[in-house]
Amino acid sequence: MTNLRDASGPYFGEFGGRFVPESLIEALDQLEATYEAAKADPTFQFELAELHRTYTGRPSIITEVPRFASHADSEVRIFLKREDLNHTGSHKINNVLGQALLTKRMGKTRIIAETGAGQHGVASATAAALFGLECVVYMGEVDTERQALNVARMKLLGAEVVPVTSGSRTLKDAINEALRDWVANVDNTHYLLGTVAGPHPFPTMVRDFHSVIGNEARAQMLAEFGFLPDALAACVGGGSNAIGLFHAFLDDTNVALYGFEAAGDGMDTDRHAATLNFGKPGVLHGARSYMLQDEDGQTVESHSISAGLDYPGVGPEHSWLKDLGRAQYRGISDAEAMDALRLLSRTEGIIPAIETAHALAGALKIASELKPGASILINLSGRGDKDMETAAKYFGLLK
Amino acid sequence: MTSKVAAIFEANRASGRKTLIGYFPLGYPTLQESIDAAIAMCENGVDILELGVPYSDPVMDGPVIQAATVDALAAGFKLRQTFDAVRAVTEAVSAPVLVMTYWNPVLQYGVEKFASDLKAAGGAGLITPDLIPDEAGDWLEASDAYHLDRVFLATPTSTPERVKRASDLSRGFVYAVSTMGITGARSEIDANARKVVAEVRSTHTGQNTAVGIGISTGEQVLEVNEYADGAIVGSAFVRAYQSGGLEELVETAKSLNPNH
Repeated sequence: MTNLRDASGPYFGEFGGRFVPESLIEALDQLEATYEAAKADPTFQFELAELHRTYTGRPSIITEVPRFASHADSEVRIFLKREDLNHTGSHKINNVLGQALLTKRMGKTRIIAETGAGQHGVASATAAALFGLECVVYMGEVDTERQALNVARMKLLGAEVVPVTSGSRTLKDAINEALRDWVANVDNTHYLLGTVAGPHPFPTMVRDFHSVIGNEARAQMLAEFGFLPDALAACVGGGSNAIGLFHAFLDDTNVALYGFEAAGDGMDTDRHAATLNFGKPGVLHGARSYMLQDEDGQTVESHSISAGLDYPGVGPEHSWLKDLGRAQYRGISDAEAMDALRLLSRTEGIIPAIETAHALAGALKIASELKPGASILINLSGRGDKDMETAAKYFGLLK
Repeated sequence: MTSKVAAIFEANRASGRKTLIGYFPLGYPTLQESIDAAIAMCENGVDILELGVPYSDPVMDGPVIQAATVDALAAGFKLRQTFDAVRAVTEAVSAPVLVMTYWNPVLQYGVEKFASDLKAAGGAGLITPDLIPDEAGDWLEASDAYHLDRVFLATPTSTPERVKRASDLSRGFVYAVSTMGITGARSEIDANARKVVAEVRSTHTGQNTAVGIGISTGEQVLEVNEYADGAIVGSAFVRAYQSGGLEELVETAKSLNPNH
């Protein structure tokens, strides 16, 4: 077997590529060249590492959660990689700081971003404030309503938030609108894409910026516990936090990889966002990958209680890992995720994001498939503060 | 086998005329009405027709065409109706019919099958806004096999190498993108359009070049025709139809091609 870790696009097997208007090719070429040069430049690597040390708060710690683990069907040890403790409250900052540095290197003065739940929008607005860049965040009108507090955060940070009223008015349409903006303003604007989807080099570059998660975690497990986990678990929407954790372990064949998609109302319903489980390969937002679509190739709307997983596409590297059988992707319903969110809160005093709760629920479910005493490392990709309104309504806490 | 689209450019050139390419969205507001509109356009000045396949994620389209295609999908447009429409239009008028489509619908239908069915319906070929030559292997093969035209785009930021490639691989014409942006009317045509056309000319591929994106008035068509082989108009036809139905659509076609 060749090293899976070395795959660097533009294709991951039959997935990936650049299915975009010709108008964007020069910008993608410029981005790729700038990124390749930066990757090989120790100054850039040092600059990014220093930002992570002094601003993000890296390395993020690992927390073992035995009281939570005791709720699994069989005896397991569960470890959390605490990306929720990063500045801005999720893993998204890893990628945003990297791309913001590249924006400066390209001499561009304006960034645009899409956001669903608002985590990536907030992280982008934060980086824009830090680097003195103009920032416009496209957010589906539906999401601006269900994540009003994050809209306020972005505005406070100085970003302009544009509610997207086209199409289904959610994340997918926010990406369309950002692409349209980019086509028109590519000379001074960088599209700071927030996940491992989109045209090359985004899937590779965004993965690389998030691979700090797995690189740290792998070393921490060995140094602090003396072993590698038997399994990794992460939630998958576009797939950035999952690939960030998985990447360092891709060639550790004894480490099983599990991605958990949003099953929404359930895997036996058609209201879900389980792209890798129910989608078919197609082209969406610039890459060939699994996607939810009808027989005519029209994108089908996804459904999830979690705005961050509510996306009908997925990054091409995940599609490749699925077809290779290297990673398994399963669905977790809204109800299962919310149960896990409450369970971690009550057993460990950690309130996770609803996205992340899908990975927590999934870890409890796979425990019985692992050998007794097995260890599972979960990417705790985000904290739950942003979800308090949804959670309060769901659990009836505001009566 | 010569391209029917290229033949139109050739014939117009021989008689000192330029070529007008007109876009209309399929299934808008209904399939039959879009067919009637397309035929009326061809009978009143449009030399080459561009029928747009409604798609859920049209990233190259501005608000006017987006809204029309959303309506078409909501009204129940199905991809297979593309071939019914192409057949109906080509039976009624002699203008060649190109289909403008984002790539995923073709991919899901099957590239080879799409080419075969398009040919059988009398279609001339495809304009593919989100398929660059680099990713077009299957389509190059299928369009060769079925003698279909294929129109790739050249833009103000395309490198000379990429313009050369688009010119080499296009059949019918090269779509010169006038400005950095999406479809929809603009008050002025970018000076960049002239540069793109000159770039295509400099490839010495003998390729026809039509300028599109942002062209909505007769004056703009005349301006573009000073240096290009033709002009492509889309949103302006949709808006005309929205405001005054077939009658205004016909007036618009006539006004954009006074030589007709």
